[in-house]
Amino acid sequence: MIEDREIKDLEKSVEQIWEVARRFGLDPYPTNFEIVPASVMYEVGSYALPGRYSHWTFGKAYHRMKTMYDFGLSKIYEVVINTNPAYGFLLETNSPVQNKMVIAHVLGHVDFFKNNTYFSKTNRRMVESVTTHSQRIMEYEFKHGRKKVERFLDSVLAIEEHIDPHFFIKRDISAAEEKRRAEYQPKEGRYDDLWLLDKSTNPAEQQVSKGSDNEREKDQNHPAPERLPEKDVLFYIMKHSPSLSTWQRDVIAMVHEEMEYFVPQMQTKIMNEGWASIWHARIMRELDLPDQEHLEFADLHSGVVSPHKGQLNPYYLGYKIYEDIERRWNSPSDEERKKFGRAGEAGNEKIFEVRELENDVSFLRNYLTEELCEELDLFVFELADEEEWTITEKRWEKVRDQLVANMTNFGFPYMQVEDGDYDGNRELYLKHCYEGTELDMRYARKALEHVHTLWGRPVHLETIVDEETTVLHYNGDEHEED
Amino acid sequence: MSIQRNDWSLQRKGIIDQERHKDRVKEAIRKNLGSIVSNEAIILSDGKRTVKVPIKALDEYKFRFDHRKGKHVGQGDGKTRVGDVIGRESRPGSGTGSGQAGQEAGADYYEAEVSIDEIAALIFEDLQLPYLQEKAKKAVQSRKTQFNEIRRTGVIANLDKRRMILENIRRNAREGQGAKFGNIKKDDLRFKTWEEVMRYESNAVVIAMIDVSGSMGEFKKYVARSFYFWMVRFLRTKYDNVDIVFISHHTEAKEVTEEQFFTQGESGGTVVSSAYQLALDIIKLRYRPSDWNIYPFHFSDGDNYYSDNEEAVRLADELITTCNLFGYGEIGEEGSSSYRRSSGALLSIFNDRLKAKDHFVGVRIDDKEDVYPALKQFFGQRGIETPA
Repeated sequence: MIEDREIKDLEKSVEQIWEVARRFGLDPYPTNFEIVPASVMYEVGSYALPGRYSHWTFGKAYHRMKTMYDFGLSKIYEVVINTNPAYGFLLETNSPVQNKMVIAHVLGHVDFFKNNTYFSKTNRRMVESVTTHSQRIMEYEFKHGRKKVERFLDSVLAIEEHIDPHFFIKRDISAAEEKRRAEYQPKEGRYDDLWLLDKSTNPAEQQVSKGSDNEREKDQNHPAPERLPEKDVLFYIMKHSPSLSTWQRDVIAMVHEEMEYFVPQMQTKIMNEGWASIWHARIMRELDLPDQEHLEFADLHSGVVSPHKGQLNPYYLGYKIYEDIERRWNSPSDEERKKFGRAGEAGNEKIFEVRELENDVSFLRNYLTEELCEELDLFVFELADEEEWTITEKRWEKVRDQLVANMTNFGFPYMQVEDGDYDGNRELYLKHCYEGTELDMRYARKALEHVHTLWGRPVHLETIVDEETTVLHYNGDEHEED
Repeated sequence: MSIQRNDWSLQRKGIIDQERHKDRVKEAIRKNLGSIVSNEAIILSDGKRTVKVPIKALDEYKFRFDHRKGKHVGQGDGKTRVGDVIGRESRPGSGTGSGQAGQEAGADYYEAEVSIDEIAALIFEDLQLPYLQEKAKKAVQSRKTQFNEIRRTGVIANLDKRRMILENIRRNAREGQGAKFGNIKKDDLRFKTWEEVMRYESNAVVIAMIDVSGSMGEFKKYVARSFYFWMVRFLRTKYDNVDIVFISHHTEAKEVTEEQFFTQGESGGTVVSSAYQLALDIIKLRYRPSDWNIYPFHFSDGDNYYSDNEEAVRLADELITTCNLFGYGEIGEEGSSSYRRSSGALLSIFNDRLKAKDHFVGVRIDDKEDVYPALKQFFGQRGIETPA
């Protein structure tokens, strides 16, 4: 248990670290740190946000993380929440040095959250939002039965990743549309029939003015073919599913909102961790630690940014790329000076620009160089003869492209809605945009069952298997394939 | 900027949702009892308290890439070359891989750690000894205190507050003060009182017979033993007072210890009647039918010595008339279907020629997953007969 005196010391450190971070040019939101026991740390870690709704999958994740911790197999030092003000959680068993490093690391994350453009639309009061979501879901459980709500969430969560990261554009458009429509409503008066005359010459508007509230709602729910294909499968189903009741659509809307919040984090994992690591290192160096603490820090730091054999460590990869960018912009080669007109001494400025503008895909595509690939000894590997994981490629451009491909759509297959009225029968037709890797077919069939639960009518999924177009069908009873 | 430390001791969300997960595991187990009952990990658990059971129903299905067909990027120690093998894929079903290179994602299904007691409770939920009769010689099974009455006087520690409140409201309403709570009088008090209940249960004996002849291969022995494994467990959990007699036979039958029964292998031919004769002898000697409920079970591959069939049927008939229920399980070759069924195997002979079939249950097992249905057939719910 941490003593009050230690908390006082920690408070001092926070002030100091904040000052150093600001001096380096970091610009984080104010951040509140909280010291918590392991059980809370793992809870926040497994739900990704405190106060989220209840679901067995979170319980499963919690159990797994907590068990790993109890057996000493893995340990989370820190959890950070992207809100304004931000929250950083510190494990109560951390040593003072660990805490200092974590605080510096967290400030790096918070600076990234605040300034990276992919987070520009993020809801910074998400903790409040998920809390109201959780309450609403609890009410639905009370009203419709826990099992029913849980099963429904199973199905929604099966496709939660299939949203459009640029959904806010759609929201802006539809908000503008709503506004336009709202403004269009004429005041009631004696000559209303004249308005109707006007509208009947414009068929697109006709429906809006004529319909009762009921009909209007139906119009909205009916699939609009001109907007297809639709990347946001979750949104499309919420909007157009022929079978869902209001509470179910509301549950989808909540999951959608939470995914909108998480997607930028999924898109910038390497950058974000690299950025936090580079700044915790630099801040800690400024702190003038006593020798003993410095050694402990060096040990911790090398643990965080060390290559894992065989795997890619996002902390390490991001860290190395930022360092490399800084070096290349500080002291460019003759070629770089001539070809790109780099003057030198601009490294610091450059990495701040990169942290603002890029996501993992563009970060790797633009800044992973041949020298770096070699230094890090990156390679492509695949399964040979169904048995041995074999290195098949070491040419740096191929390696880079493979890495970028694997990061695309944050590592999930790119799915889209092709038709919501397939066969003229309100059936849902999804397409997997094949980019070289096949789907796990057993999983695809099961996931399709979940889609069927949400859609309520036959569903179809087009993909490619063994280089041939294959369509999976599921009608609620049996699977077919052709 | 601040540092806080709050009291989180009441935070339970993770634990509560962990319970939700456990509920799902339990439900999945219930659905998969068939395969779990015959799972080697359990039968061979050697008294371990928990086992890992694969549960397919608990995967979080998503649209995802086929890990085995994808190309991945990894990092080496600076000396890797094209053609190097960095890991091996484990064959499906042979446990986890070497843990390298993110192969974990390829793991096929979720493995839940469950205690054998939990599984047993689920399996035994609807099982019972069928046709149990009251016999002359009773055995005291248990003495239990049961709160089963409400009185106006009693020990204050046993005050039934809910009833007291109801009585109070009722009295207030009666006395015209409106149906509300308040002004408690001695009249309102209600106390729970108890009674000592003696439960009697009849004696029962189960005679487990197993064929250990040469034709009983690994699979067949395994099936028979997993049936008996659960049967013994079931009897010991649910009944305090059940004797179990173990008999193994080939051409000759002998009574064996439980350990021998579950471990010994033999060889030679099969004379089924030897086992039945021994069972009848034991009954005559130790378990008089007027005092005991008797349940003989026999597992065999049905490959009886031809000239013994007549005698086997006769003795089986005798067993049926002496006992409450005679169960016979015939184990086929692994994965085989009905083609052997019509041959001279014992089950079809029994079905054709037994005279008293009411209390005979014969099942055929061709697959490990048939063990659970067999348990249910032998020990399923049936009408309990009252003594004549």
